Amino acid sequence: MMEKIILGRYLPADSVIHRMDPRAKLMFIFGFVLIVFLANNVATYALLGAFTLFVVFLSKVKPQFLIAGLKPVIILILFTFFLHVFFTKEGELLAEIGFFTIYKGGVIKGIFISLRFFLLILVTSLLTLTTPPISVTDGIEALFGPLKKIKVPVHELALMMSISLRFIPTLLDETDKIMKAQMARGADFASGPILERVKAVIPLLIPLFVSAFKRAEELAVAMEARGYKGGEGRTKYRILAWKSRDTVSLVLLAVLAAALLVLRS
Amino acid sequence: MDIKLREVEYRYAAGTPFERLAITDVSFHIPSGEYVAIIGHTGSGKSTVLQHLNVLLKPLKGEIEIGRRTIVAGRKEKNLKDVRRRVGIVFQFPEHQLFEETVEKDICFGPFNFGVPMEQAKKRAREAVQLVGLPESVLERSPFELSGGQMRRVAIAGVLAMKPDVLVLDEPTAGLDPRGRHDMMEMFSSLQKKNGLTCVLVTHSMEDAARYADRIVMMHKGRVYKTGTPHDIFRDRDSLTAIGLDVPETVRFQRLMEAQLGRPLSRLCLTPEELAEELSRMRRESL
Repeated sequence: MMEKIILGRYLPADSVIHRMDPRAKLMFIFGFVLIVFLANNVATYALLGAFTLFVVFLSKVKPQFLIAGLKPVIILILFTFFLHVFFTKEGELLAEIGFFTIYKGGVIKGIFISLRFFLLILVTSLLTLTTPPISVTDGIEALFGPLKKIKVPVHELALMMSISLRFIPTLLDETDKIMKAQMARGADFASGPILERVKAVIPLLIPLFVSAFKRAEELAVAMEARGYKGGEGRTKYRILAWKSRDTVSLVLLAVLAAALLVLRS
Repeated sequence: MDIKLREVEYRYAAGTPFERLAITDVSFHIPSGEYVAIIGHTGSGKSTVLQHLNVLLKPLKGEIEIGRRTIVAGRKEKNLKDVRRRVGIVFQFPEHQLFEETVEKDICFGPFNFGVPMEQAKKRAREAVQLVGLPESVLERSPFELSGGQMRRVAIAGVLAMKPDVLVLDEPTAGLDPRGRHDMMEMFSSLQKKNGLTCVLVTHSMEDAARYADRIVMMHKGRVYKTGTPHDIFRDRDSLTAIGLDVPETVRFQRLMEAQLGRPLSRLCLTPEELAEELSRMRRESL
């Protein structure tokens, strides 16, 4: 059941987007998230949509992966859509169903807001689909590097992040294994009253905690045995290289922002 | 209790872009009371097959007959408890499944789930602990203060206390010391012989497969490559090496000796004891 989680997975491939510097990608995403909010009419949304499709095309990620990744949030998008349809009272009246009234302004706003949601999730999931988690961490560490000057433990935080990311699949595997072992001993995780079900999780959680702690200790010992003592003076295996395509991507984003500013009403 | 697999197929993450074929067209028969070994390279689908034996995984194609119950692909299965009780699975590194405060409570977890009353479950726990070669005093201790080998034994006792008809073992001795390994394998074998328990053993050890199994199923790339008695399987070294396995040490030794002697021995010996017996017989005859 764990294997069905797609959101946040990395898909190895070779594309311009895959080859981009993670720092550029992170800055790009951050910028994109901001300028999405500039769009407020048909022209601007069309431009944003076209731009996003272009990026998706460049990434060579198969649409089916993106759609599968969107599944968990589709309910949220629909919810916002209907919220606006029913509760925004602007423009001309379109229909009246009993207690509910639907206005033209509400429908338009609903479409726009859910489109905004959709684009945000599409682009951010493109980041995780095209960037190995470890590169994301490297990128974050590099971007937040200056904060070291004010004593923020950037390296340690990045290390914590990469270790947790590294162990997510391991823990999921482990959960699956222990669940199966307990089910083989007659445990039932799926049915019964809620209290029973909460109790049923204990035989799963305790072994998971035990093994997580054991693993953490082993990892710490293994790191120390190899002389790890933090970021000070440590060289890097993966060296980030800023290429011209990274600059181009940020310039494109700036052009898009400018176009949106001109077109917005 | 018989188990029959017919053209079973399973895919992980079926219906997602990550879909991966694990086993296909797997058919074999585990007759009641027999000791069946499943051998094959890592990734050959052994563990996937094993999880079908008590319906932890449901086949996507084909069907499985477990005793009187038939599991057919695509049908919703309800109330699998009876199947789970009758087919006990000891997973790899079963010590990872321990969770209770005391060994006794942990062993009783299975029996309680299957509705065994308290007194009887406790009695079963005492018996199971003895079977796996631990002192009764261990019952009151926390499983987490035991050694790795002892934890393994407690976990196995937890499955034995369910009193299954079929015992499925996935590399039960991996990581144990040679003595513990031998004791454990002998215990399973005697349960099979004396109590009529059906045993299914997934193993990498050709020696164990040769010594204990009545029948061997060879798996390769998600398919059944060959089935037969240990003699059938280990006579044919070429088909074993073709899928990255080899004959047991004793057979290798016998083949080397035959090459030196310039003639074959009268029979294929699967264990050192058999070989020693055969050699002393030959010596008596030549005197």
